[in-house]
Amino acid sequence: MEKFTQHKGLVVPLNRANVDTDQIIPKQFLKSIKRTGFGQNLFDDWRYLDEGYPGQDCSTRPLDEKFVLNFPRYRGASIMLTQQNFGCGSSREHAPWAILEYGIRCVIAPSFADIFYNNSIKNGLLPVVLEQKTVDFLIASTEAEEGFELDINLDRQLVITPNGERYSFEIDPYRKHCLLNGLDDIDLTLEFSDDIREYEKLRVQRAPWIFNKLH
Amino acid sequence: MSAQTLYDKLWRDHLVAERDDGSALIYIDRHLLHEVTSPQAFEGLRLAGREPWRIDANLATVDHNVPTTGREKGVQGIDDPVSKIQVQTLDENCDKFGILEFKMQDLRQGIVHVIGPEQGATLPGMTVVCGDSHTSTHGAFGALAHGIGTSEVEHVLATQCLIQKKMRNMLVRIDGQLMPGVSAKDVVLAVIREIGTAGGTGCAIEFAGDVVAAMSMEGRMTMCNMAIEAGARAGMIAVDETTIEYIKGKPYAPKGEQWRKAVTAWNDLKSDTDAVFDKVVVLKGNEIKPQVSWGTSPEMVVAIDECIPDPAQQDDPVKREGYQRALEYMGLEANMPVTSIRLDRIFIGSCTNSRIEDLRIAARVVDGKKVSPTIKQALVVPGSGLVKQQAEKEGLDKIFLDAGFEWRAPGCSMCLAMNADKLGSGEHCASTSNRNFEGRQGHGGRTHLVSPAMAAAAATAGHFVDVRPFLA
Repeated sequence: MEKFTQHKGLVVPLNRANVDTDQIIPKQFLKSIKRTGFGQNLFDDWRYLDEGYPGQDCSTRPLDEKFVLNFPRYRGASIMLTQQNFGCGSSREHAPWAILEYGIRCVIAPSFADIFYNNSIKNGLLPVVLEQKTVDFLIASTEAEEGFELDINLDRQLVITPNGERYSFEIDPYRKHCLLNGLDDIDLTLEFSDDIREYEKLRVQRAPWIFNKLH
Repeated sequence: MSAQTLYDKLWRDHLVAERDDGSALIYIDRHLLHEVTSPQAFEGLRLAGREPWRIDANLATVDHNVPTTGREKGVQGIDDPVSKIQVQTLDENCDKFGILEFKMQDLRQGIVHVIGPEQGATLPGMTVVCGDSHTSTHGAFGALAHGIGTSEVEHVLATQCLIQKKMRNMLVRIDGQLMPGVSAKDVVLAVIREIGTAGGTGCAIEFAGDVVAAMSMEGRMTMCNMAIEAGARAGMIAVDETTIEYIKGKPYAPKGEQWRKAVTAWNDLKSDTDAVFDKVVVLKGNEIKPQVSWGTSPEMVVAIDECIPDPAQQDDPVKREGYQRALEYMGLEANMPVTSIRLDRIFIGSCTNSRIEDLRIAARVVDGKKVSPTIKQALVVPGSGLVKQQAEKEGLDKIFLDAGFEWRAPGCSMCLAMNADKLGSGEHCASTSNRNFEGRQGHGGRTHLVSPAMAAAAATAGHFVDVRPFLA
């Protein structure tokens, strides 16, 4: 996993609530057996005017110029501001894969769907929860000022505006530790191998049917 | 010891280790796999040179990509080459690692959330995970069940554990009794309308109350299936006689002495009477009418006798704009009666509503009637080969075919349109599935979520109608 420590970048405002994973990456692209190649299809139904299909050359497709990601002023954005319940719907990890490959490193919203939040952190995409009124203020600031950037500091758990306003955010210590150090958590869990085996010994006594062979 | 909820008990029983930072290792009893979210996890396992921790914890099937026609040709019958590779990849991975898979031509193949319970692979007191958000379905058995991403699929394969933080406890109680013609689907849609699609975020929802106690296991699975649409990763229901009766005799259910021991253990799988929940929501069962979703989020729902809401009446600007965009996408007007929506296609199927009871009630509604000539296509897609076989034994396939429905082979089908079954742009569909997101059932397609009985009634009328008189 890629580390996340500190990131400063251009902000794009996606001022919508309940953005679901079917919008983030539509199902036809989930047929891939790889982890890469999803960036060009991020928000495919909203970004392009035609219907996309896997393996297509997207450079010649007609863009929906009214969709915020296509505004020239937001080209190269690496931080996204959005509204509550971002990432609701399916458990597809292709959603954070697509967002990261597009170039976004951090998504800020008043709330995230649980599975999406978890999937993001596992891939080095930082989901930041800020209060509704702060998100509304930052969206308004982004829209008002071309080139608006934010500075995200994970270690200090701060979002810093160009004017120096600071907004702190919560993140649980284990996830923060993994992100800051880019750790593979399978390795971390395997350090508990003895505990897992010990647990299995007790479990097989109490609930042996759990360990019946499937055939 | 202080009073515990069902979720507290399941959590306690699966706790392997706790770290100082508050994270915990939770043991996973059952891991279900399908072709879409597993290939990258197997690849990760291979690249790291790891082996699955406990092979027998895993059960796989193909469901998302499989065609619902021409199944006698097997994998070679998949026209889309990309879908075909994905199905073949799961077959190869399962063969290589020795994981039991119900392949395309296995009678037991079906939607992963239908086959687990059907085989007794899902049992009370288990932790059940799968790279699919509708894994919450299995919570109907007094299990802790939820969806995971592909990284976690790999993590479970490699370690038989997940790193978790305990969720909060939420109780959704439905008191009283349902009116005839009102089903579990209507109840869960009414719940989501009430609490919103983020109402259960961060929570495990326990569904309880007289209405849930009176429900069949099929109905309970429908409720728990859509817990995720209310934002809760896990939904669950206490074990009772109905649960035990359903499991008895299932292929992987314990037998003999093991069965007796298991039933004793399972009978404790309920919240203590004085357990405290962080959130409680109560609905009155007799007030719930058949529901229809009108918009592009599962909280955009009205009862069959209501009109589509007016965005202008919404105080919250974000919600108002969401309503406006939904109406535009759906091609609908504010304040029009929901019964006036003209339908193009009907879909009866999905992990929400493709079990035998769902097909029975839909068949009862259409028996002796015809699909309206204004409907382009009406599909019935059973949830598994065994559901299909049972339905055919009962003659339900004949009833559907005589009425003008198509009778298909099992899979996820038009719920998410990863196979050839999809909506055309602008088409309206009465669907028994779980998500009405933009484009979910096909690019530009317009989904209306309803119960199987409501979808069947709508098929005969060509538009939404109240199914209650059909079943009175």
